Amino acid sequence: MLLHTVNKSPFQHAALGSCLRLSKDGSAILLIEDGVYGALKDTKISADIENAMKTKKVYALEPDIKARGVQDRVLDGITLIDYAGFVDLAAENKAVEAWL
Amino acid sequence: MSEEMMEEGGGGVIKKFCYINRKAPYGTIYALESLEVVLIGAAFEQDVSVVFADDGIYQLTKGQDTAGIEMKNFSPTYRALEMYDVEKLYVEKESLEERGMTADDLIVPVEVLSSAQLQDLMEDQDVVLSF
Repeated sequence: MLLHTVNKSPFQHAALGSCLRLSKDGSAILLIEDGVYGALKDTKISADIENAMKTKKVYALEPDIKARGVQDRVLDGITLIDYAGFVDLAAENKAVEAWL
Repeated sequence: MSEEMMEEGGGGVIKKFCYINRKAPYGTIYALESLEVVLIGAAFEQDVSVVFADDGIYQLTKGQDTAGIEMKNFSPTYRALEMYDVEKLYVEKESLEERGMTADDLIVPVEVLSSAQLQDLMEDQDVVLSF
């Protein structure tokens, strides 16, 4: 499978939407940098992510979450990982598709 | 120098400057650069308004801790704006709602305005700078 990474805010770019549309069931999706705003509760795109989590595994990079002060609003079911976890995900998957 | 330019005790004309912040912090340099420009404008004793809309409201999120990404946490600087007489901070209500946030989630007191109210505020400015 592919590891998909998204580093853009879902409110300003189509990257997350395209990633959700074009990633296969069973894929891993990792939200990094401004992409972590896609991991939050009660936003206008929360339902899209919750829907994707039914068939895909969604991760968010904890240092980026904490930097932005949003650690208390992460959606249930999203796994927070550190940089070492990022490396593990990259190694476990066949390739990385970065949605820039 | 024109007569107009000599107003305000020789300190020059005071213009209404409005800074529009629409980007999240850290992912790009816009937010930090905007803050620098706001502080420069304040040093020239202009009439400054700072607007936060779209992802710009994330600049003001409480509880930022950037140790893990090895970048400077510049969010405390927004609290210092008051000392530079930059006291007019506005946040768009619609942007807060889309992100499930309220003014209580922000590190500084702000005035929450609707899109329609922001239209009027921006129309009233002499200079508008967008980040």
